[in-house]
Amino acid sequence: MSGAATPRPYTLVAELTYACPLHCVYCSNPLDFARRHDALDTDDWRRVLREAEQLGVVQVNLTGGEPLLRPDLEAIVEQARELDLYSNLITSGIPLERERLQRLRRAGLDNVQVSIQDPRPAESDRIAGYESFHRKLQVTRWVKELGFPLTVNTVLHRENLERIGEVIALAEELHADRLELANAQYLGWAFRNRAALLPTADQLQRARSVATAARKRLEGKMEVVFVVPDYYVEFPPACMDGWGRRFMVVSPDGLLLPCLLAHTLPGLSFGNVRERSVRELWTSSPGLTAFRGEEWMPEPCKSCERKTVDFGGCRCQAFFLTGNAAATDPACSLSPDHGLVEAARAKAVEPSAELVRFSYRTARPPSEPSR
Amino acid sequence: MAPAGLPDAGRLIPSRPALAAKARLRFDRTSGGYMLLYPERGLALNPTAANILKLCNGELTLDGIVERLQREYAERPAPDLRQDVVGFLEEMARRGLLVEGT
Repeated sequence: MSGAATPRPYTLVAELTYACPLHCVYCSNPLDFARRHDALDTDDWRRVLREAEQLGVVQVNLTGGEPLLRPDLEAIVEQARELDLYSNLITSGIPLERERLQRLRRAGLDNVQVSIQDPRPAESDRIAGYESFHRKLQVTRWVKELGFPLTVNTVLHRENLERIGEVIALAEELHADRLELANAQYLGWAFRNRAALLPTADQLQRARSVATAARKRLEGKMEVVFVVPDYYVEFPPACMDGWGRRFMVVSPDGLLLPCLLAHTLPGLSFGNVRERSVRELWTSSPGLTAFRGEEWMPEPCKSCERKTVDFGGCRCQAFFLTGNAAATDPACSLSPDHGLVEAARAKAVEPSAELVRFSYRTARPPSEPSR
Repeated sequence: MAPAGLPDAGRLIPSRPALAAKARLRFDRTSGGYMLLYPERGLALNPTAANILKLCNGELTLDGIVERLQREYAERPAPDLRQDVVGFLEEMARRGLLVEGT
């Protein structure tokens, strides 16, 4: 892009590893995560935090995979604290002992976000592909006992949307400070499992009104956030607040990315933080600049007044649905490919004749041809 | 507590406001101002907002906060200043960013 100043990043999403004990059917990691190895050591991550902070980053989300699998998590948190970054641990809670959580507290961790897949133990374990529900609840109790603020995140889909009231009740019982009721977005693993996960418009509307009532009732006590799936919006949201605009992601293999799946888009090259500085990559890596700003936009985005609101929507969604990452997000009702989304919605209301099976997140990518 | 004509104002404001555990004030050397950071969010504060939040120490009451600010913002009529503070703290409380001091 020419002329415009490079935007200031505010949040670093540090994906410390793709390894995870869970096998969630909507995991946000790439399908080929197992081919990508943890390339960054403790000093690399420390340097990434320092360089990101110098660029303007004020928050760091420590995520994965499961960040607890990194034995150097404490050291990374300490560096974040030293830089006065607001640090948020995004975790399944597995594997964690109370002593380690206490060490993380002493290291200066600010917030802990625990995923709970479902308010019912058996259903939660089924979605995670791992027996974990009761230990997760134990972890949330330690979080509060040790004085951390607690965020509970539940991913919503057609099987658990009707239980949204139970999710809210559970979060209240756990004294969560923030509850994220985040509908699955149909990319990566969730795209593979779309037929089993995509809700109907009716389900979504009922759930949304329950969430809205809870948000009002709990105002000032618990922040309740309800995120609609892009498949059911008229106009797409600004994915990641715009490509390479406010969020920077560093993947376990060291790539500096604008979002969690950008490195799976063909034809884009993102530099590695082991070889280049964060500043250089943020400012000028070909992948980062490819969809920054408005110059890349096709019609109908180019002449649309919303182009500075939604930035053309989600590039990964465009790619998953049309094969072209530079297309208008088909979630947008103005997209020439919007029919693809409408067809998926229509399918969600048909009673399914056969049982839809989940593809669990596994190391072997299901549709990857052998080489 | 509520000023006349605003029966509901300040309903959510704790009697001795303190910043909630999830929120942290951070000086931002890029902008030269303060930011209030909390999970997944950050607010860029104007100087007045930052000054109000710095007084949310869990010891001062709303009246105490207004009184302290009055010294610095002497040109602003007291009722207006009070209304500014109530409006801002009410919004902070709505977001769960204030708790009762102990």
